[in-house]
Amino acid sequence: MTNTLNFENWVCPLPLQNHPTIIMGHGGGGKLSAELVEHLFLPAFKNETLENLGDSAVLDLTSKIQNPKSKIQNLPRLSFSTDSFVIRPLFFPGGNIGDLAINGTVNDIAMSGAQPLYLSAGFILEEGLSLEMLGTIAESMGQAARQAGVTLVTGDTKVVDKGHGDGVYINTSGLGLIPEGVNIAPHRACPGDVVIVNGDIGVHGVAIMSVREGLEFETTIETDSAPLNGLIAAMLDVTPDIHVLRDPTRGGVASALNEIAQASKVGIALDEKQMPVSGPVRAACEFLGLDPFYVANEGKLIAIVPAAVAEPLLERMQQHPHGTKATVVGRVTDQHPGLVVAKTGLGGTRVVDMQVGEQLPRIC
Amino acid sequence: MKYLEEFRDPELAQQLFDDIRQSATRHWTLMEVCGGQTHSIIRNGIDQLLPDKIELIHGPGCPVCVTPLELIDKALAIAAQPGVIFCSFGDMLRVPGSEKDLFRVKSEGGDIRIVYSPLDALNIARENPDREVVFFGIGFETTAPANAMAVFQAKQQGLTNFSMLVSHVLVPPAISAILDSPANRVQSFLAAGHVCTVMGYWQYEPLVEKYQVPIVVTGFEPLDILEGIRLTVKQLEEGRAEVENAYPRAVAREGNKPAQKMLSDVFEVSNRTWRGIGQIPQSGWKLRDEYRDYDAEIKFGVGHIQTQESPLCRSGEVLQGLLKPNQCPAFGQECTPQNPLGATMVSSEGACAAYYQYGRFAKSIAGKDN
Repeated sequence: MTNTLNFENWVCPLPLQNHPTIIMGHGGGGKLSAELVEHLFLPAFKNETLENLGDSAVLDLTSKIQNPKSKIQNLPRLSFSTDSFVIRPLFFPGGNIGDLAINGTVNDIAMSGAQPLYLSAGFILEEGLSLEMLGTIAESMGQAARQAGVTLVTGDTKVVDKGHGDGVYINTSGLGLIPEGVNIAPHRACPGDVVIVNGDIGVHGVAIMSVREGLEFETTIETDSAPLNGLIAAMLDVTPDIHVLRDPTRGGVASALNEIAQASKVGIALDEKQMPVSGPVRAACEFLGLDPFYVANEGKLIAIVPAAVAEPLLERMQQHPHGTKATVVGRVTDQHPGLVVAKTGLGGTRVVDMQVGEQLPRIC
Repeated sequence: MKYLEEFRDPELAQQLFDDIRQSATRHWTLMEVCGGQTHSIIRNGIDQLLPDKIELIHGPGCPVCVTPLELIDKALAIAAQPGVIFCSFGDMLRVPGSEKDLFRVKSEGGDIRIVYSPLDALNIARENPDREVVFFGIGFETTAPANAMAVFQAKQQGLTNFSMLVSHVLVPPAISAILDSPANRVQSFLAAGHVCTVMGYWQYEPLVEKYQVPIVVTGFEPLDILEGIRLTVKQLEEGRAEVENAYPRAVAREGNKPAQKMLSDVFEVSNRTWRGIGQIPQSGWKLRDEYRDYDAEIKFGVGHIQTQESPLCRSGEVLQGLLKPNQCPAFGQECTPQNPLGATMVSSEGACAAYYQYGRFAKSIAGKDN
C-alpha cells in the first residue's frame, strides 16, 4: 500500500560508461570518444605531436634534419590529417559520401591554417555495390578536390564480403603547408579572445537525420559540406594571429568548444541569442528533441581570435561565400576554466557540457 | 518560429519573475512533475532566476528514471533474441539493466532501432514479415495513446509479427504516493501539461480536495512554466488549493476524448512497479486480455525475469526534496557526471548534475571575486 512505499530507494538508472566492448557512442565525438583516445590510443602511440589533439598533426620537419651541415635548414611545417567516412545513407540532400570525404580532410588540414595540397583515398567496398554508384561517388570526389584545390595522389581499394560493409567506406588523408608566422592550436585560446562561427550551425546533422532510415522526417535541409581552406586563407590575409580554429563536426559546437576550453585551460562564455541557427534547423531540433549545440556540422568553423582583430576578420569573412553569416558568439574568459557556459535567452546561465556518447532523441 | 518564440519572450519573462518575487512572502516548495519541464527549467536557467524563496523539486515524471530495472532486463532479453527487431524511443537505449544497456545488446548483434513513433515500428513490422518486431511501450499518459493506436492497428490489420513491451505509468497515483509519504515536503504541483492534453485535469480535482495542495496545469516553454509558478505561488500565498489551468492553449478539462477511448479500449489499469520506489497500486496500464497476443512479455516468455534493485545513491531523497544534491556525502566525490552513482547526476537535467555543473561554475566565479 502507498504508505509502505520506500522513497529512499528511489534510484535513477546509471548509464554504463565502462563498456568492455565498442558501442556506437565511442564514435559520437563526445566523452566516450575522448576517453577512447585518451586511455587506449594515446598510451599506445605516445608522442608529443599526437598529444596536441588538434584536427591535424603539425609536423616540424626542420627539427628532423640530423646533419647540421645540410644545406636545407628551413623547411615549412606540414599539416597532416586523416578521416574515415562511414555515413549512411551514402547520398543525402546536397551531397554524398564522396564530396564529404574530400571536404572533411581538407577542412581538418585547413584548421591548422595550412594550405591543403595532397590527399590519399582508401576505399572499402562491399561486394555487390553498383559500379554506377561508385562512379558517381568518385566523380563527386574529383569535383570536390578540384574545387578545394587539392590533388588526389594515391589510393587503395579493398573489397569485403556482402553484409560486411554499408556499400562503401572511404578514408582520406592529406598534407598541407602551414604558412610562416601562423600558429593555430587548440591550447592557444586566451582570456579576452572572441569566439566566431562562420554561419548557421547544425545544418549537416539535421540534413542527414532527416533522411536516415526510420526517422521519416520530411525536410529539404541540405548539407552545408564545403571546403573551408579558401575562407581560412582569406582570414589569414587579414591577420596571421588567429589563436584557434576548429571544425565542429561530430559532437557539434558544444563538444569542440569544450575541447578548446580544456586544452587552453580557459572558460568560454557564449550568448545563446548570438548563435546562428536557421529556422528549419531550429524547428527540426525542437521536433526531434535535439539541441543544435550538439548537432554535427560540415562546412562550419569556430575561430578564436584576439578581440582587436575581430572586426576586420568578420568583415572579410562575410565577404566570402562560406562566411556570409559569420558572427561573434561568445568570449574567452579566465573565469570557470575548462567550462563552457551559455547565457540563455531569459538571461539565465547554463553549462554547455560535452555530451557522453551520441545525442539521443528525448522521450519527453 | 511560430508558437515557440512567443513563449520565450525575455521581457514578458522578466515581468513574470518580478511578479513571482513580489508575491512570495515565504518559502514555498513546488514540484514540477514532468521531466520535460525539468529539462526546460535547466535549459533556460529558470531555477537560477527565481527568488530563493521558491524551491523547485524535480519530480518523478521522467520515464527513463521510473521504468523498473526488471522491465529493462526483459527488454534486453527480448532484444538479444535472433530474428527480433527491437524498436524504442532514443533515450531508453542508454538506460542500463542489471548488467547491460540496449547499446551493448546492439553491439553484440541485436537489431535495435530508434523510432519516433510506435507507428513507425508498425511499418517496420509490415516491411519485415519474417521478423518479430517489438516496440518498447513506456512512458506516461502522453505516449500511451499512440502506443494503444499501434496495437489497435496491428490487430485490425492482422499483423502477427508485432508486439509491445508495455510499462505505462500514470501521474495521479504518483502524486498521491508522494503526498502520502510521511516525509513529504512538497506543497504544490505543476502538473504535466501534455499528460493533461490527453487526460484532461478533472482527475486532479479529487486530489486537491483530499490533500489541499494547489495543482496548476503547466506547459513547457519558459513563459508557460513561469505562469504556472506564478499561479501556484499566488494560490499558496492566498491559502487556496485549487486545480488551475495555466496551459489552456493545449489543455481542456475533459482532455482528448477519442484518445481516452482508444486508451480504455486497449489498456486496463494495473499495479505498476516504479524504479526505486516499489509498487504503487493502480498506477499503470497493461494490455487488455483481448490484446494479449500483442503482449511481448507473454510472446517471448520473459515474464519470469525478476530483478532485485540495489540502492546505490540517495537520489530518492533528492527527488523528494529531502536532501539537496550537495548535501549528499558522495556528491562531487565518488559521484560526478563522469562517474555517476545515480541518474540524477547523469542527464543534464538531473538535479545532481545541474547542481554539479552550475556549482562548479559558481565556485570558479566566486574564487575569482575573492
